[in-house]
Amino acid sequence: MISQFFILSSKGDPLIYKDFRGDSGGRDVAELFYRKLTGLPGDESPVVMHHDDRHFIHIRHSGLYLVATTSENISPFSLLELLSRLATLLGDYCGSLGEGTISRNVALVYELLDEVLDYGYIQTTSTEMLRNFIQTEPVVSKPFSLFDLSSVGLFGAETQQSKVAPSSAASRPVLSSRTDQSQKNEVFLDVVERLSVLIASNGSLLKVDVQGEIRLKSFLPSGSEIRIGLTEEFCVGKSELRGYGPGIRVDEVSFHSSVHLDEFESHRILRLQPAQGELTVMRYQLSDDLASPLPFRLFPSVQWDRGSGRLQVYLKLRCDLPPKSQALNVRLHLPLPRGVVSLSQELSSPEQKAELGEGALRWDLPRVQGGSQLSGLFQMDVPGPPGPPSHGPSTSAPPLGLGPASLSFELPRHTCSGLQVRFLRLTFRPCGNANPHKWVRHLSHSDAYVIRI
Amino acid sequence: MPYLGSEDVVKELKKALCNPHIQADRLRYRNVIQRVIRMSKLDQWGQAEVLNFLLRYQPRSEEELFDILNLLDSFLKSSSPGVVMGATKLFLVLAKKFPHVQTDVLVRVKGPLLAACSSESRELCFAALCHVRQILHSLPGHFSSHYKKFFCSYSEPHYIKLQKVEVLCELVNDENVQQVLEELRGYCTDVSADFSQAAIFAIGGIARTYTDQCVQILTELLGLRQEHITTVVVQTFRDLVWLCPQCTEAVCQALPGCEENIQDSEGKQALIWLLGVHGERIPNAPYVLEDFVENVKSETFPAVKMELLTALLRLFLSRPAECQDMLGRLLYYCIEEEKDMAVRDRGLFYYRLLLVGIDEVKRVLCSPKSDPSLGLLEDPAERPVNSWASDFNTLVPVYGRARWATISKCQGAKHHGPELPNTASFATSGSLIPEENKETIQELPDSGALMLVPNLQLTAEYFEKTWLSLKVAHQQVLPWQGAVHADTLQMALQVVNIQTIAMSRAGARPWKAYLSAQDDSGCLFLTELLLEPENSEIQISVKQNEARTETLNSFISVLETVIRTIGDIKS
Repeated sequence: MISQFFILSSKGDPLIYKDFRGDSGGRDVAELFYRKLTGLPGDESPVVMHHDDRHFIHIRHSGLYLVATTSENISPFSLLELLSRLATLLGDYCGSLGEGTISRNVALVYELLDEVLDYGYIQTTSTEMLRNFIQTEPVVSKPFSLFDLSSVGLFGAETQQSKVAPSSAASRPVLSSRTDQSQKNEVFLDVVERLSVLIASNGSLLKVDVQGEIRLKSFLPSGSEIRIGLTEEFCVGKSELRGYGPGIRVDEVSFHSSVHLDEFESHRILRLQPAQGELTVMRYQLSDDLASPLPFRLFPSVQWDRGSGRLQVYLKLRCDLPPKSQALNVRLHLPLPRGVVSLSQELSSPEQKAELGEGALRWDLPRVQGGSQLSGLFQMDVPGPPGPPSHGPSTSAPPLGLGPASLSFELPRHTCSGLQVRFLRLTFRPCGNANPHKWVRHLSHSDAYVIRI
Repeated sequence: MPYLGSEDVVKELKKALCNPHIQADRLRYRNVIQRVIRMSKLDQWGQAEVLNFLLRYQPRSEEELFDILNLLDSFLKSSSPGVVMGATKLFLVLAKKFPHVQTDVLVRVKGPLLAACSSESRELCFAALCHVRQILHSLPGHFSSHYKKFFCSYSEPHYIKLQKVEVLCELVNDENVQQVLEELRGYCTDVSADFSQAAIFAIGGIARTYTDQCVQILTELLGLRQEHITTVVVQTFRDLVWLCPQCTEAVCQALPGCEENIQDSEGKQALIWLLGVHGERIPNAPYVLEDFVENVKSETFPAVKMELLTALLRLFLSRPAECQDMLGRLLYYCIEEEKDMAVRDRGLFYYRLLLVGIDEVKRVLCSPKSDPSLGLLEDPAERPVNSWASDFNTLVPVYGRARWATISKCQGAKHHGPELPNTASFATSGSLIPEENKETIQELPDSGALMLVPNLQLTAEYFEKTWLSLKVAHQQVLPWQGAVHADTLQMALQVVNIQTIAMSRAGARPWKAYLSAQDDSGCLFLTELLLEPENSEIQISVKQNEARTETLNSFISVLETVIRTIGDIKS
């Protein structure tokens, strides 16, 4: 199966190298891979490369390259799945996956690789089985301390610490210090949706696609059983109908193999006994039939005077979320015609920021309230061969290179499909100790929100 | 042995697949296989391994086949993409005699494949797209209703966008052609020149069936006067008028004006060719060519100069008055001052042709202006699923067939014997071979004067006696993959009049076969084929009862061609 496995940093420095079969022939395989990757011609895909009768398959995760080599003709899906699973596993054990954490935990990583792969064959990637074999403890960086921040006032520092969700949860190793059970009895459930939208230049909706995942990060001792209740009117497929309203509909749903679905049909409850670590409980997708309106609509108006080369772009952004919701970190990226070096701007509110960089306009809006409308007027000169002098600015076809506007944003506490988690209950606790903390979060963010001009 | 759940399972598998006693006892074999399939405690890696092992199993009856497929049904709904694809491949391979079952399973795997195509992991997305293209070769309408999923997104890496554009080009049908063309039109003005060129070529591909709409779009693109767009559009037009002569009129109307925007070699060659062949319909053709002739001294690309010579001569035949003078100047330059020998030779050739007479020139240069039948030849007709079923869920679709062929050749042939002329020319480009087609083998190039006698009746004892008395005249090793299909090989050899005396049972290790052939002069060729347990090469030993090298070489090239073809059919 796998001959070698190695992890490279984003610059190509080898962090981890493990040779399972000893058939590298004395060559520096990692060096070979990086050279081939950087020297690849533009039309070839870097995902699977071939050199000297061995195949290199890699994934990029958190800026690192995780690479496996093989000389056999094996399934690309299995291998890519293995690499993703290894990335998650390393993240679980070391806290997070990054150059720093890997370099601090080299011994742990090698021990993990020893247990997961034997002579290049996959033994197991289940955290339950691996717990029994891994002895090394992970090394974490210094824990976050509020007193390090100079900008935080002293007053209210204690209250801030107790109210805010533990921000170190994302980077805390899951499977460490078995003696310290009481401290970390928590479970985090995230409903994350990715929204892809394509709107044509006349405003009609060409494509809308929602990919959703329910992710569980469990610090609970193994053996605990949890039940997750979803919205009761949740329907799968086009023909199902539940409840009295239009319901919440998705096209397809798939579950993790360890989820028990006996109560799913009747009450939309998922029951599972999660292993410690990260787990994707459910995946669903929805296209073309979004129940809620799209979060953003853009109304661009472009006036271009070919004679003088003056281009005026007026962008009106309307947020169609319910008034209590808001969108965070909204950024609009608009490529501009070649040769534009400066632009003048008028923005409707002071906290926005717009700048020109790398041939494109970047308009940042840190927070957009639901129902609000924001606008910006941008004027620039487009160099180029002067066209026939027209009678002043016209609204004919926009100049070439005024590309599609793409929006990126986050919608906290909002799901585009409408799916909500009603409850998260622990039905069985093996240790019977203090009540564990449960954190449920709903989040949508844009995957590719493109509006054509 | 990989970890599969428990020691018992491993023992069962080993027993079933390696022990010849169990293999011989059908009932016990079948029971073991059933038990293996019903194992429930495997994790996703174990399941993928089991599905891989089961590829070697041949069900003995139709009933047994459907039993197994029913048991494997649940694997198709797994959440792990490796397991789903492994199960799909197993279905496709096991059900190779039942195309409706194959189509059915491909319908069921549509959902997981489309989910993988929109996955967050770019690499998984890429692998899934390659497999979608593979399926579209056999079932072109399979994903037509889901064309929206293959629209490119702004932030995707280049290699994924290229694959998606190819898929869009292949899944076009009457209902979605309008939207797909609009989408591709949007990509043609993309910031990245490579991507916009790929989109234009894709529109050219669709133009073979939906000519009018595509020609209109391409003409509009010419109006943008962008260099990288214009050159590719003109190249597409050139290919299009060759295959679809009905659009020649529209193309000729669109061409004037684009010569100002083309700077690269490929574009210039395409434009010059069009002007030469269809020059009589384009009013200012001679003047455009005159521009090129004026600047021929500063032209850096010899290919452009060659094209210019041919085009100008063609145009001269239809519009002699306008072209005579510049033709003279061009020929003078090419013969007297040009440093590139190929261009000079062509100029000299045309000059001498002109000296012979205008009729001769017409005869040589007036080639057909289009060849619609070439389109049918080039488009691989819907290939049967069986041709690629064993490649599904391996690295072959990810690389693409052409690249895989070069990779496996690098990994292979070590020749021990003398260098033989490579007569296996049609075995190299994998995409054009119609598989399972015995007619191709019959078209073997007639290798010298070798005529093998058909219906040779040689008894086994005679063969053995002759074999033991002769010495090996030639030995050679060829790359080989997988097990041997005895029936296929035997029939293929029969077609070229090589008789099979004896063959080992399939799956025996080492696998051997003994062949005999006789040519019309009475010279006997006795051959032994030996397949080593590692299954990566096949060894050929040939004995001849009369020492004649050229007939021996001819026989070996015939045999080699057959074996390579059989090898390429499966791999």
